[in-house]
Amino acid sequence: MLQIRDLQVNLGRRAVLRGITLTARPGRLTAICGPNGSGKTTLLRAACGDLAYRGQIRLQGAEVATTPGPQRAACRAVLAQNTALAFPFTVAEVVRLGQSFGPAAGGPDLTARALARVGLQGYGPRLYPELSGGEQQRVQLARVLTQVWDPVAHGVPRWLFLDEPVSSLDIAHQLQIMQIARDYADAGGGVVAVMHDLNLTAMFADKIALLAQGQLLAMGPPASVLRDDLLGRAYGCNLRVSTPPAQGPYLLPQSARTPAR
Amino acid sequence: MAVLEADPPATGDRRRLARRATLALLVLLLLTAAASLTVGAAEVSLSHALADLLAGRDLDLRARVVLWDIRLPRLLTGILVGAALAVSGAVLQGLFRNPLADPGLVGVSAGAGLGAITAIVLGGLLPPALAATAGPWLVPVAAFGGGWGAVLLLYAMATRGGHTSVATLLLGGIALGALAGAVSGVLVYMADDDQLRDLTFWGMGSLAGASWTKLLATAPLMALALLAAPSLARGLNALALGEAAAAHMGLPVERLKRHAILTVACAVGAAVAVSGGIGFVGLVVPHLLRLATGPDHRGLLVNAALLGATLLLLADGISRILIAPAELPIGIVTAVMGAPVFLAILLRRRLPEV
Ligand SMILES: Nc1ncnc2c1ncn2[C@@H]1O[C@H](COP(=O)(O)OP(=O)(O)O)[C@@H](O)[C@H]1O
Ligand SMILES: [Mg+2]
Repeated sequence: MLQIRDLQVNLGRRAVLRGITLTARPGRLTAICGPNGSGKTTLLRAACGDLAYRGQIRLQGAEVATTPGPQRAACRAVLAQNTALAFPFTVAEVVRLGQSFGPAAGGPDLTARALARVGLQGYGPRLYPELSGGEQQRVQLARVLTQVWDPVAHGVPRWLFLDEPVSSLDIAHQLQIMQIARDYADAGGGVVAVMHDLNLTAMFADKIALLAQGQLLAMGPPASVLRDDLLGRAYGCNLRVSTPPAQGPYLLPQSARTPAR
Repeated sequence: MAVLEADPPATGDRRRLARRATLALLVLLLLTAAASLTVGAAEVSLSHALADLLAGRDLDLRARVVLWDIRLPRLLTGILVGAALAVSGAVLQGLFRNPLADPGLVGVSAGAGLGAITAIVLGGLLPPALAATAGPWLVPVAAFGGGWGAVLLLYAMATRGGHTSVATLLLGGIALGALAGAVSGVLVYMADDDQLRDLTFWGMGSLAGASWTKLLATAPLMALALLAAPSLARGLNALALGEAAAAHMGLPVERLKRHAILTVACAVGAAVAVSGGIGFVGLVVPHLLRLATGPDHRGLLVNAALLGATLLLLADGISRILIAPAELPIGIVTAVMGAPVFLAILLRRRLPEV
């Protein structure tokens, strides 16, 4: 369980997060939504142990700030909003890094399975810098997956923290990646994902934490959070839930089927 | 130069490639070392000497002096210095996540240079008794002290609240280097003609001063750094993903930075103390190896040590035969060899798309 109580985070002199209290459970996909700059990334980074904070953040009962790095890494993996690679590693080398730092280190090589999982079979020998942005993002996800490959180990759930995991992907891959997150949660692991796309969020999330200006505006299942009034207040514009725009074409991701994996 | 194989194999794992390169480089180093023992101003037959040794006969005096007292310490110094510089370059490039980083950048070389120049120019002002005891040690010790002083100062400047800023380290190193250069300039201005000649040779680097005593004093430091370097490899690989991602994977990032900097300070401080300022080895060697066998530091650091040592021996050989019986400063040779290679790499490399 991820328990956050009365969290305050200051960056520079600004209080970027104030009074956040929320709980994310294993077996669930918890989405963090909110407008740009509302503190979604900051919340995730605090939960990763990257930032100093006031209040409480407990992952599986252990206070994040005082848990040693390797212990945290054995329990949760993090996909950052963007990851820059300094040297031209191959795709397989990048993915293997994840496994070599996780509990599956030294075990059977997961690279091929992880790459297949994110739809990049056969990409192992390619040079990472020569991939498209969306492909790179999926390689990073494969790396993250190999770090905490089993969603549950010895009865203890593992966690995926994902910051905008589908922001640079086409719609088919958005669905594919969200399904991976969904499957991880269904298998008993915990998933916390910062999401921009409210449609995808509605489709895949069990719970939504809606942030606005560093505070938690609402927390609950999609139906109770994705409401006109709440979204209007959070995003500062008139939003109508499930109302198609007056003119022009529109696309509902719900109409697509996830391609066979 | 043999570029081994640029394409990764089908699994995308280039470790076997790196291991084969290690073997090839080891053979190359041994051959170069053997050749280096036979090259020089004095004619000595290595095969005769070997035959004598194997037959249990004493070496003739000339062979003993040339091989044992002059060439062997010089050979070992060259191997250690080349390996130390190349490995330091690779470690710094990994630490700064920048393939253009170089031991010259973190201020070690500049600090060591300032120490050495100070000792050369102002050494005469010491009380004669002290100068007599310090004697040949003055310059190396001052160089080593200067290098370490610069590194510790930089590290202190770049560290706040337990976090070391790599950007501050890099930029601070450049600033400190410029400052040390300016002070060195003043000292050079004050120097007399004899000192100027010393300064020039020292600044361009040379293995000519190698001796068993100097080697015994500096070898442990370089060997320590070389033995410690492989333990940095896994961390430097993770650091390629950025500090945040490396920390998320459980890497103790601050400790890695500290160890990397100490390793480089040991290696470069000792290398500069014994051989002066030798450029380009730290920059070019890791670069070539990354092109050939990929950036995985587990293979890269070992191979850099071997290739760095080989290249330095080659450069030393060239510096000895080119204008024999006189000698060229080795830094000139490494620059003449290294700069074009480096330019060729830069020009051949496709510019990254923005
Ligand atoms: N290092 C920093 N110093 C000061 N303010 C910051 C820093 N990083 C982010 N912020 C501010 O904190 C707020 C929240 O940022 P972030 O969590 O990245 O937002 P988002 O919800 O878009 O992920 C923003 O207003 C941003 O400007
Ligand atoms: Mg963000």
